[in-house]
Amino acid sequence: MIPGTFEYYRPSDLSEAIKLLTTHGDDARVMAGGHSLIPMMKLRMADIPHLVDLQDIDALRGIEVDGDAVRIGAMVTQHELIADEALFKAAPIIREAALQIADPQVRYVGTVGGNVANGDPGNDMPGLMQCLDAVFSVHGPDGERDIPAREFYEAAYFTAREDDEVLTAVSFKPQSGGYAYEKQKRKIGDYATAASAVLIAKDGATCSSASIAMTNLSDTPIYSQAASDALIGSDLGPDAVSAAVDAALGEIDPAEDGRGPVEFKKHVAGVILRRAIERAVSRA
Amino acid sequence: MSKMHIKMTVNGKQVETLAEPRELLIHVLRERLDITGPHIGCETSHCGACTVDMDGKSVKSCTVFAAQANGADVTTIEGLGGPDNLHVLQEMFKEHHGLQCGFCTPGMITRAHRFLQENPDPTEEEVRFGMAGNLCRCTGYQNIVKAIMAAASEMNAAKEAAQ
Ligand SMILES: Cc1cc2nc3c(=O)[nH]c(=O)nc-3n(C[C@H](O)[C@H](O)[C@H](O)COP(=O)(O)OP(=O)(O)OC[C@H]3O[C@@H](n4cnc5c(N)ncnc54)[C@H](O)[C@@H]3O)c2cc1C
Ligand code: FES
Ligand code: FES
Repeated sequence: MIPGTFEYYRPSDLSEAIKLLTTHGDDARVMAGGHSLIPMMKLRMADIPHLVDLQDIDALRGIEVDGDAVRIGAMVTQHELIADEALFKAAPIIREAALQIADPQVRYVGTVGGNVANGDPGNDMPGLMQCLDAVFSVHGPDGERDIPAREFYEAAYFTAREDDEVLTAVSFKPQSGGYAYEKQKRKIGDYATAASAVLIAKDGATCSSASIAMTNLSDTPIYSQAASDALIGSDLGPDAVSAAVDAALGEIDPAEDGRGPVEFKKHVAGVILRRAIERAVSRA
Repeated sequence: MSKMHIKMTVNGKQVETLAEPRELLIHVLRERLDITGPHIGCETSHCGACTVDMDGKSVKSCTVFAAQANGADVTTIEGLGGPDNLHVLQEMFKEHHGLQCGFCTPGMITRAHRFLQENPDPTEEEVRFGMAGNLCRCTGYQNIVKAIMAAASEMNAAKEAAQ
């Protein structure tokens, strides 16, 4: 389980990292916590002649919560996400989701930037960020641009980020109302058989806004506008919830793997979606 | 590929060794520094037998490159206690039969040590969740949890006595 050889770099600022990516093109890749990348390198499924470790770039750290904006630096770890009280107040769904990722050791080093940039459909943060309607900031040789999470994922391991761009932060508005991140997994440390992130706000007894996204039920995360629309304006009663679940299930395309055949995954997806919606409603 | 100088603090001592950047921290510890407490169980980031403390975090040293660990402060089971001065956790694992073959034990105790720093007075459920990155094929976990709960009580009593 030894990866191929590589040249190792640990730049202390972002422009130096981008320069390395520009110079070495396809042969270079950044590393954050390394807990998706190193396993791939050990299996020799990734061969990276020039490895750029981001750990010394302070500009990629820190969680900022101010009034109507939350900004999380790409190198913030899952452990830090869970521990941050201001972030918990602004978006409690993040802690709920992060606690269901991997195990304690992995959460100490796995970063939010690595989790969303990776492009693995099994990662939990992409669906979560689509639910929050987050924006990813990426920096390349030509400067910075923002990409909505809902437009970031193209196919498994293919994203809108260019090879010479570094993802620097994720930003979103604080959430209001009820929330839930529900995940079915075989054991702690496993990726989702199915998972769903749900946000629901009410105006009196009527649903005023809803956002529903899913993890590991297609080759990208899925944000379901149709499922969200099925709830908005409704009384959030059993019929509305069933309509939303059906709409969401209409958008998934799970693949058979060790977690089960397609039929089973669709069944689990239905159960998880219903639980997530009902729990979000109960907290709204 | 050229080797690089890796400087770390391991169990309070400055160490320096030559290693290829791609070498895993567990291999550097075991093969270059002769620190064989942390074990290699799965080598695929799942079992936690290789857990060490790095800059105040429990990490699986089979999933850290030597180059990443350059400059780090690392503690292994050897740094917690030895045969002549057992750490409370080691004492309690012995007392409560928290081990059978002992293969997972260095990782278990190193992880439990960090866990109790962060949560000195845990519930049993919190212990189980906090130890979820460490697998044991022998004990069925019951006695591991007991040992950690007992160690927490001992450590808290000692803290109170010192005040
Ligand atoms: C045992 C185990 C269980 C796990 N279970 C789960 C789980 O249940 N749910 C889950 O979501 N994840 C899980 N993971 C993955 C874990 O959360 C990873 O840490 C995470 O996916 C990647 O974060 P990282 O910081 O380790 O990124 P890395 O592994 O360093 O990088 C991953 C990829 O993203 C790229 N990248 C990283 N940072 C940036 C950046 N700033 N800009 C551009 N590209 C970047 C890298 O080049 C690489 O291609 C698990 C991992 C392990 C080992
Ligand atoms: S040997 Fe590192 S996690 Fe199993
Ligand atoms: S005591 Fe044998 S693996 Fe835990």
